[in-house]
Amino acid sequence: MQDSLKSSSYQQLEQKSKYTNMFLRWFLYFILILFASYFIFPLYVMVVTSLKTMEEIRQGTLLSWPSGLNLDSWAVAWGGRGYGAGDTFLRPYFWNSIKMVVPAVFFSTFIGAMTGYVLTKWRFKGDQWVFLFLLFGCFIPFQAILLPMARTLGVLGISNSVVGLVLVHTVYGIPFTTLFFRNYYVSVPTELVKAARIDGAGFFKIFFKILLPISAPIIVVTVIWQFTQIWNDFLFGSTFSFGEAAPIQVALNNMVLSSTSVKEYNVDMASAIIAGIPTLIVYVLAGKYFIRGLTSGAVKG
Amino acid sequence: MFKWLEKNLPKIVMAPAVGLIGWFVYGFVLWTLYISFTNSKILPKYELWGVGQYVKLWGSRKWLIAVDNLLIFTALFLIFCIVIGIILAIFLDQKIRAEGLLRTIYLYPMALSFIVTGTAWKWILNPTLGIQKMFRDWGFENFTFDWLVDREMAIYTIVIAGVWQSAGFVMALFLAGLRSVEDEIVKAAKIDGASLFTVYWKILLPMMRPVFFTSFVILVHISIKSYDLIVALTQGGPGISTTMPALYMTQTAFHKSQVGLSAASAMMMFMAVAAVIIPYLYSELRRENAR
Repeated sequence: MQDSLKSSSYQQLEQKSKYTNMFLRWFLYFILILFASYFIFPLYVMVVTSLKTMEEIRQGTLLSWPSGLNLDSWAVAWGGRGYGAGDTFLRPYFWNSIKMVVPAVFFSTFIGAMTGYVLTKWRFKGDQWVFLFLLFGCFIPFQAILLPMARTLGVLGISNSVVGLVLVHTVYGIPFTTLFFRNYYVSVPTELVKAARIDGAGFFKIFFKILLPISAPIIVVTVIWQFTQIWNDFLFGSTFSFGEAAPIQVALNNMVLSSTSVKEYNVDMASAIIAGIPTLIVYVLAGKYFIRGLTSGAVKG
Repeated sequence: MFKWLEKNLPKIVMAPAVGLIGWFVYGFVLWTLYISFTNSKILPKYELWGVGQYVKLWGSRKWLIAVDNLLIFTALFLIFCIVIGIILAIFLDQKIRAEGLLRTIYLYPMALSFIVTGTAWKWILNPTLGIQKMFRDWGFENFTFDWLVDREMAIYTIVIAGVWQSAGFVMALFLAGLRSVEDEIVKAAKIDGASLFTVYWKILLPMMRPVFFTSFVILVHISIKSYDLIVALTQGGPGISTTMPALYMTQTAFHKSQVGLSAASAMMMFMAVAAVIIPYLYSELRRENAR
């Protein structure tokens, strides 16, 4: 009785505030749309600029609509102009990034799944400390490891190569992948594992038969996180790899900075979109998982 | 033998991860620490030299500018990201139409690299053809917006781009926090006559203290490490006016070949991050153990 009274008076209150707050409501939408335009503005400018000719860019403003669907600057950004020296374009570096991302994501995810599995289901004395030991790796500023890493890659003979970058990204991805899998497996009932052990199932059998089949969501989160981080990385790419083995972000930066005669903003924008589109597609298709990774692993800069 | 292997299999599986992190994180940080106490130039030298590099570092005008910029950037970046993030989160929490679409728009910059972001903003902010020209063409003939090439103001362009990239993320954190609060609390307060403003200001926001804390730590962490954005937007210029510690470190190491000095600057960054992260980890672990 008391409850229904309360909820009806609440509804009245809601009703009343609905009218009095009409104005507030419009204000709300106004602000939200204002911010939405601030966020969408650079993307819009990038897209329209990439479709304009330099002549149109000089005559129009940032916002002006392109005269037509002119994909020339996209072609130049992707495949170059066809003359020899100084003709930088993104295609080879795009493939470098793919060759770097795929193995690095695979290895770091696999290792993270294994360590997460041991840390939650095969607990041993001091495992909390081992977790903390790994977790701290999420936080270090990479400047503190750049110098020795450069030397190590040199000694191993893999500096300035895609293989070197795969190693770097795998290693510094482990703390994050471990964190993701550990936090996911913690909520899986340990009884399941215990029962399987009594039935004689071994370490790997339990992993592949019990945990792996229910790991799809966390694998997606981890793969998306690692893919985005590694694809977007610039610090490691620019420090350990230059010239032909450079990943796409480094190539983009070089392209934009190279000051050959006239600045071609349309080509710059097309290049920037090409470098950003893979992660953008992943974000649009799997936003939910992207955000989940972000909120649990965003300690990385 | 086989028995031993089976018994220790979990530890054997753990070994690669622990070994790699031990070597590549802890070992490398210690190496950098050691080198920062030597007089290494192009190649590392291993005789100890004392704290000379740190003295040199804090006597360097460029480093002081870098630290100054870091403080300015961090303060503004924090304030704007958190204020915008909270406003967007609270507004989105009002049973808004098209919430999903708006959320997607606010957060998409997080999916882009700082190099892409920097390239776009560099084009938008450039005085000859960017925003300045747009306003002038619209009839505001004296409109001037040339922060990108102004020594005094260039650092604020990095703030604009940085906030654009990260504010949506703070929004996501706060929205998740607000959604986890029981509806009953809000309803009860409203029945007691509290206005919506009071509900948020007096009840909900104080409950968001952990979210504030998390956002603070993450944003400070991002700002101490910020490197890509500066490279893409200003390369530390005009002159050295937008240098930040991360940029100082790589330039000193790889362009000036002052390995010892750059190791010292890296250790300063490491300590700054540790000063923020260790209390955070400590409190997180306590919270987890209390559960």
